[in-house]
Amino acid sequence: MKSYLNNLHKAFENRTRLGVMSALTVNESVSFNDLRELLGVTDGNLASHLKALEKEQFIEVRKSFIGRKPNTSYMITKVGKTAFSEHLDALEQLIKEQSK
Amino acid sequence: MDKDKATAGKNYSQDIFEIRSMMEKSSRFMALSGLSGVMAGVYALIAAYISYQIFYFSDEIIYESLTYREVSANVIKLFLVALSTLILAVGTGFLLSYRRARRNGQKMWDAAARRMLINFSIPLATGGIFVLIMFFKGAIGLLAPATLIFYGLALVNGSKYTYSDIRQLGLLEILLGLLSCYFIGYGLLFWTIGFGVLHIIYGGVMYFKYER
Repeated sequence: MKSYLNNLHKAFENRTRLGVMSALTVNESVSFNDLRELLGVTDGNLASHLKALEKEQFIEVRKSFIGRKPNTSYMITKVGKTAFSEHLDALEQLIKEQSK
Repeated sequence: MDKDKATAGKNYSQDIFEIRSMMEKSSRFMALSGLSGVMAGVYALIAAYISYQIFYFSDEIIYESLTYREVSANVIKLFLVALSTLILAVGTGFLLSYRRARRNGQKMWDAAARRMLINFSIPLATGGIFVLIMFFKGAIGLLAPATLIFYGLALVNGSKYTYSDIRQLGLLEILLGLLSCYFIGYGLLFWTIGFGVLHIIYGGVMYFKYER
């Protein structure tokens, strides 16, 4: 086992979660609705993946009101940023190894 | 075993591809239509021709002879031509971008589009107000350069949230605006290059690069 493989996080082994982390990496915060539109998934599906990422403390929730409508948005945490960039590096390494 | 490895590899590349596209999709407005740039350029060329018929800027306006009143009647006509060109160009831009977004199954009015529009509008609105004040103060020869400079700044500012080609276009508009400040008699010529020719070139390039 190569050492970089340890950096592949189980929490990211899913398209939706990868998508969420990608969107949050390049945006200060993204609302639940925008995430759902971007990823093209159902409410329930997205919610369960967000919960999982939240549990790992990779993302943070912020609840607020726009007028009277509740608005939930998500931000990436420092822990999440580090974990995601390690995951990306590990992915790149793997691809490099394979093309050798 | 080998087969497993190969399929896994495909998945990793696919992962990276998805990550890249999600980063782009969530932060940049990718529906901006190149064709609308070409159309804006065509409108600008027509407007330049009409303006040329109405009246041509020269050094005289700033330095001597024509009174403010004489000039301003024509300038108001010119303003109307410029304003209708702007409305027509923006309208076409919205329509074509909307069509492109729908064809790609994207939402046109997402967070990235909003951010692009806000960041584009701040220098543009500043420039618009500045140009109006300049007009009322009588600095008419500098109107065309000022519109080019502020439009260029608006493009550079908005380009962070859409295709990076827009940034180049913005820098060129700023350069043209500055040149045109120096060669004051040729405002209309610079205006035609900046709003007409450059729009057609960049719109065309973007159309062939991203939409074909």
